[in-house]
Amino acid sequence: MENVEKEPLFSAKYRKLLTNPLGQDNPITVQVLGICSALAVTVKMNPAIVMAISVMVVMAVSNVVIASLRKMIPGRIRIIVQLVVIATMVIIVDQFLKAFAFDISKQLSVFVGLIITNCIIMGRLEAFAMANKPWPAFLDGLGNAWGYGAILIIVSFFREFLGSGSIMGFPVMEKIGVYNWGYEDNGMMILPPMALITVGLIIWVQRSRNKTLIEENK
Amino acid sequence: MKDFSNRYIMVFSVVMIVSVAILLSLTALLLQPRQEKNVEVEKKMNILSSINVTSTKADAVELYDKYIRESYVVNIEGERVEGVDAFTVGLRAEQKKPLEEQFLPVFIAVDDRGDTLHILPLEGKGLWGPIWGYVALKEDLSTIDGVTFDHQGETPGLGAEINTTAFESQFLNKSLFRDGSFFGIKVVKGGADPQSSHEVDAISGGTITSKGLEAMVYDGLIKYEKYLSKNRK
Repeated sequence: MENVEKEPLFSAKYRKLLTNPLGQDNPITVQVLGICSALAVTVKMNPAIVMAISVMVVMAVSNVVIASLRKMIPGRIRIIVQLVVIATMVIIVDQFLKAFAFDISKQLSVFVGLIITNCIIMGRLEAFAMANKPWPAFLDGLGNAWGYGAILIIVSFFREFLGSGSIMGFPVMEKIGVYNWGYEDNGMMILPPMALITVGLIIWVQRSRNKTLIEENK
Repeated sequence: MKDFSNRYIMVFSVVMIVSVAILLSLTALLLQPRQEKNVEVEKKMNILSSINVTSTKADAVELYDKYIRESYVVNIEGERVEGVDAFTVGLRAEQKKPLEEQFLPVFIAVDDRGDTLHILPLEGKGLWGPIWGYVALKEDLSTIDGVTFDHQGETPGLGAEINTTAFESQFLNKSLFRDGSFFGIKVVKGGADPQSSHEVDAISGGTITSKGLEAMVYDGLIKYEKYLSKNRK
């Protein structure tokens, strides 16, 4: 017990909580969770970034709240308590977006509200926060949200660049002048199926670099 | 995990729900003025864009006061209804009322050329959700001087094209009235007749949105028929 108390804030074990979800434990590409929102909000980079930040806030705060209350939460109603905490955070984030980032909140529309149903958050609360102290739970929340956000941003980068010819709203393709040579934006990239294919390609690249992720055929 | 008594669970739930309720009401209350301001500014930007005035979030309120000279509400008979602020009328709520009780907002603008324009709001259904817009009419109250459309979540690249200049500019100089009676604008699949003053091209792949838009323009503006006929020159 004493040793645990003295564990430094960024010990190797804690750093892993932050870095694992980026790679070998990524919620989207390895655990294949949170796919629906990854398809929906990755047409442009700006909404994807705001979505990533929103999920990060919701996940980190809910993880801390649940981890602090973990000894007080009755096991029989723990799922409901987790849902209430997540829903509260999501509503607060949604209200803040409506007040301070109105345009982006319109683009994200229902998907901010649907953060509640994002399986990653619920999964982390149940699997990690219920059994750990607030600080590691906070790091775990940040790490997983970051892993989710990183994929969102990578996918949205390709979809916006190839589908709309811009990066974060800046018309790169137009500035280079490729339209004059007969280049056209690929309209397919804007549609949801291409998000799925992009995520699939990322999974492919990741698994061919890290063979341990490949499940054995039985 | 420890087993808790029923009494504990009840108390825990009540405390949790009350604190969450207080937290949420406080947030909503504190942020409400800012959110309402955002909605107001957006509406003003939309109205301004129908008369071809580009505004930003910063100058929308100022430009609105400069261009929009008057606004009032009329009823289905074309008579003015006193004591109602046209700007705060919500079309979606109005459409649920019986026709004779509906408030129909009219905004009067004077643009840089010195022309008086009548701006009428519209609201309808696209494929996935609501679509809305504003139509600015010239002094003859039939010829369209400008339109602006927007949508909540139409398909990008297809139905969502209704808010592009390419689509909106087709409405310029089209007429709502034909031979003295209300006709509306037809959104035609497969190429509108360029000579016609009542047709625009539909959006390829956005048939339902196009049809929804046609219905929105027709249903929304026919309510103003008496008002427009009375005041036509």
